[in-house]
Amino acid sequence: MSTVCASCLNILVFLTLQQRDPMLKRDGFEDILEERRNSSDLKYALRCYAPVLYKGVTPCKANMLKNIVLQSDQLHYVVNQVSQESGEAPDIIQEEASVILEEMAHRLQISTVRFFAFALTKAFKTLFQHVCVNEEGIQRLQQAIQEHPVVLLPSHRSYMDFLLMSYILYTYDLALPVIAAGMDFMGMKFVGEMLRMSGAFFIRRSFGGDKLYWAVFSEYVKTMLRNGFAPIEFFLEGTRSRTCKSLTPKLGLLNIVIEPFFKGEVFDVNLVPVSISYERILEESLYARELLGVPKPKESTSGLLKARRILSEDYGSIHVYFGQPVSVRSLAQGKVNRSKYNLFPRHIPRKPMEETQSFVNDTAYRIVRLQEDNMVLKPWVLMASLLLQNLEGLELSVLTEQTLWLRGLALSYAAFLDWPDHAPTAKVVSSSLALHRGLACVSGGRVSLVVGEPLGPVTPEEALFNRAVSVLSCASYRNQVLHVFLRPAMLAVAMHTTASSKKNEVYNCFSFLWNMFSNDFILCPGDTVQDFEEACYLLVKTGAVQMPQQDIEMTDRAVLWTLEFPKVVNKFYSGKLSCRRILSEI
Amino acid sequence: MSSVGLRLGVTAASHTYSISCCYYNAMRLTATVCFPRQEIMKWNGWGYSDSKFLFNKKGQAEFTGKRYRLSGMVLPSLQDWFENTFGASVNHKSPATPALNASAVPPASLNEAFVEDLKATGIPFSHEAEDRVFRAHGHCLHEIFALREGKKFERVPDLVVWPICHNDVVKIVELACKHNVCLIPYGGGTSVTSALECPPEETRCIVSLDTSQMNRILWIDEKNLVAHVEAGIIGQDLERLLNESGYCTGHEPDSMEFSSLGGWVATRASGMKKNVYGNIEDLVIHIKVVTPRGVIEKSCQGPRMSTGPDIHHFILGSEGTLGVVTEVTMKIRPIPEYQKYGSVVFPNFEAGVACLREVAKQRCAPASIRLMDNEQFQFGHALKPQVSSIFTNFVEGLKKFYITKFKGFDPHQLVVATLLFEGDRERVLQHEKQVYDIAATFGGLAAGEDNGQRGYILTFVIAYLRDLGMDYYVVAESFETSVPWDRVLDLCRNVKERINRECKERGVQFQPLTSCRVTQTYDAGACVYFYFAFNYRGLADPVHTYEQVEHAAREEILANGGSLSHHHGVGKLRKEWMKDSISSVGVGMLKSVKDYVDPDNIFGNRNLL
Repeated sequence: MSTVCASCLNILVFLTLQQRDPMLKRDGFEDILEERRNSSDLKYALRCYAPVLYKGVTPCKANMLKNIVLQSDQLHYVVNQVSQESGEAPDIIQEEASVILEEMAHRLQISTVRFFAFALTKAFKTLFQHVCVNEEGIQRLQQAIQEHPVVLLPSHRSYMDFLLMSYILYTYDLALPVIAAGMDFMGMKFVGEMLRMSGAFFIRRSFGGDKLYWAVFSEYVKTMLRNGFAPIEFFLEGTRSRTCKSLTPKLGLLNIVIEPFFKGEVFDVNLVPVSISYERILEESLYARELLGVPKPKESTSGLLKARRILSEDYGSIHVYFGQPVSVRSLAQGKVNRSKYNLFPRHIPRKPMEETQSFVNDTAYRIVRLQEDNMVLKPWVLMASLLLQNLEGLELSVLTEQTLWLRGLALSYAAFLDWPDHAPTAKVVSSSLALHRGLACVSGGRVSLVVGEPLGPVTPEEALFNRAVSVLSCASYRNQVLHVFLRPAMLAVAMHTTASSKKNEVYNCFSFLWNMFSNDFILCPGDTVQDFEEACYLLVKTGAVQMPQQDIEMTDRAVLWTLEFPKVVNKFYSGKLSCRRILSEI
Repeated sequence: MSSVGLRLGVTAASHTYSISCCYYNAMRLTATVCFPRQEIMKWNGWGYSDSKFLFNKKGQAEFTGKRYRLSGMVLPSLQDWFENTFGASVNHKSPATPALNASAVPPASLNEAFVEDLKATGIPFSHEAEDRVFRAHGHCLHEIFALREGKKFERVPDLVVWPICHNDVVKIVELACKHNVCLIPYGGGTSVTSALECPPEETRCIVSLDTSQMNRILWIDEKNLVAHVEAGIIGQDLERLLNESGYCTGHEPDSMEFSSLGGWVATRASGMKKNVYGNIEDLVIHIKVVTPRGVIEKSCQGPRMSTGPDIHHFILGSEGTLGVVTEVTMKIRPIPEYQKYGSVVFPNFEAGVACLREVAKQRCAPASIRLMDNEQFQFGHALKPQVSSIFTNFVEGLKKFYITKFKGFDPHQLVVATLLFEGDRERVLQHEKQVYDIAATFGGLAAGEDNGQRGYILTFVIAYLRDLGMDYYVVAESFETSVPWDRVLDLCRNVKERINRECKERGVQFQPLTSCRVTQTYDAGACVYFYFAFNYRGLADPVHTYEQVEHAAREEILANGGSLSHHHGVGKLRKEWMKDSISSVGVGMLKSVKDYVDPDNIFGNRNLL
């Protein structure tokens, strides 16, 4: 590491940042609700919908799709295998497979989609101020869908996500995706079936040892992918992130959608990261409660109806950013030797090779990181960060000033900040506070967290609980910006801890922190050096650090700086230590 | 045993050839392709000098000469096809250098002692520039392109020798060993793997050993149905001469007009009718090879032996790295009583491949069965000669109407399989029915003998068409592979897509032509043959671009389960993939054979390893 010329590395990092740095290349947004507010919803729901498909394939009826899957060599092989192992007749196993598929398969119907288009328009118009989409991203997606099988990989922060995705694709006349959904939704009477008819297919949460289930599932997904019948959509994070921090990716489905490329069944697969950012998350306080151990309410239709009250609130705007399609072929170039698949029949299921596994893992992290990069951050996210540093509250003027300062810092770190043009900072701050009045309040010129429900007498336990809810809710906003500051913050902590200016000593500490946090944050496997260099580059750029030759030195500004953000890292660090302590005591 | 020492009659232009050095043995000529080949063959293109495609003053394509079915005919649709497919224009010519510029040829660096000893043997030789250049290349695109452009040659043979029999070869090899001279065997010169290119780093005197004068059928053994033949004989001569006695080998590689028996052995050639007669490795019974260690041959002609690894398989595919094949005993068959072409149209390539797979499964493949994709089908149509009567025109129209309108085939999807049946009449008809019945289950429609035959004509004229393309800024090449059945479709699709993409990325301004055909069927897979061509206007170095794309296409083939080569061989073009293809131990085995047989690398063409 230290043998490499530092300036060379800097140039390298600069170049990679240029490539990664989406600042310059990020697209603008269009509000798709605007048109809805000025025209008939019914007309919109009934309009002509004729998306272009992959290489002009004709769409495949749900039943035909099932037949293709049930008659595939892949499934036959596993059916016979299971039959031999269990002693049951193959017919019976085949029947089982058919039942599994029946339970799983989507039944996409345009009429249901139209119903949703109508209902969601109504709901969105009440709930949200804007639903913003980058149209260039849509154009890229349209192109990609025609050329290659496409996998849509949205971030997952809310139940809204997948309805929203389909809604947007419908709006832009794009092929509707089929979406992998958890079985939990099936419990919802009627709604489950509605979702199925709008393109959801349902998978059990765990089926580790069930060969037959796995075979049906993977063949079902692959059949759709290979033929390009529809874009496949699933959530890499596997579940909604309750903390708004990206979760480390799950690999099962990604493995399935990438395999047809390795086996030469398709020329390429395009992965499209989609970043969905909510100004206010519908499940805001629900998540905080879940984190505190209140069980997740079971998905039920009556629950959904009860949740109607959320319709009366303002949830600000949503930004949906369709990222650059990522070609699996280009990613795999030089990393996976496809000819290793030549010596084994392709219809026999096999555990992925080590090389493939690490490639898929790598890819998954990279995609989640792309999701993070394109997450739109609202001013409130910065304010929430500052509020959490000052739990006792702070002067509005101080908050305003510091928010502005943090904005500058965030921007120089290439954060994707949605800051209203030409609005005075005070106004931006006050309107953010207004939108999040459930979390923060201003009294006597001081801003502080709202603690619990103001009504009725509360026990001390309840008070504590309520306070925890608001801190956690607030933290979930702060967490949205973590990825921007994470690397420089780790470096600052490393410099602080080592108190040395030797680059390699600092690096060792950085590397220690990096490894420790590799399950908490999205740190791409093997990227330690690159992340370190990126952190150095950013700190140098903001004048917090100087790097003469092999050394790394803090400048004065860094002193102020290190008091702020690394605290967050330190907090995670001490949180981790106390968890460990508690666990060891148990 | 009949007709011992059957000498070839003089067929083509017989002439005397006097050059500076001496011919002790008077003209012992001549096969169809004669001694100084460049007199009847192009020096910078494919085939006979008298046969070439050109666009006449009216812009219509013509094929000159008298040798082929298409010769002397006007092909009215070729120009449209050519211009539309490549975005080329008959007004944009890229003519070749008219004649060889002798100053572009490096002077011969002769090993004087070797030449002295060679003179004493009486074996004819030459160091004329034309003779040397002619034997310095095969027919790879970059080789022909360089000739046309009149580029300077880096390294060509210093001397050409023409042994006339096995013993001559023994003498030459002995002298080469004695004087440390590099020998490169030269048969028909149809290599497409850079196998004939002289290694530029070779500092010794390079001698091209031209086998063309070893062209006799030495004997025919009718009891065992084998013939003993000198290895320099050219395919069409072998077939014609055997036919005179009522026999054939049935080995018909697409290059058979010009390629030699020894070349087939050295590259593991495959013939169009291998389904009936087998590939070269199935046809040879006995091989005689002269190596620096001595002569390799077996002691008997038993039809199969269990005597350790078959030494024939060290020779088959050795690509001139171990020695010179001088004589071969190979199987012959009586000429089939009846031959019939046929064709089947399928709605799409998938259906066609499924049908060929089924035919292979039932092991009822005709002598030849090939499936051309839609691009090749249209290409074939562009080669239709002018129709003489209104009536034929009308019938053609009806046929087209029936297939596209009545049967609903999409003219931009449909593909055609061409068939060739051989045997006694009754069996052929029976066989034909069986194949057409299978085809019908895959939606195939019988499309007549004429379409079938046209498919095979394309095979023989395609190389001439490449020369036409090069006259108008179009470069083209073919390559092949073999692949298991279940991967045929995926491989074809992915390779075509890869070519299109690579062309785009490398700045090719026009959509390339990528076309493939399934050209041989086996129990466990098929041979796939690709054509690839593009208009190179606007490219600084078209050959380099072409090579990069071909390289990428080969990587794609390998990644999709295809082999490095089905029958063209490795040469120097594909050496880099040998280790991946046969493992490093495998390469080591071949190396150790080479080290034993030829420790001084006398056969120094550096192919294969």
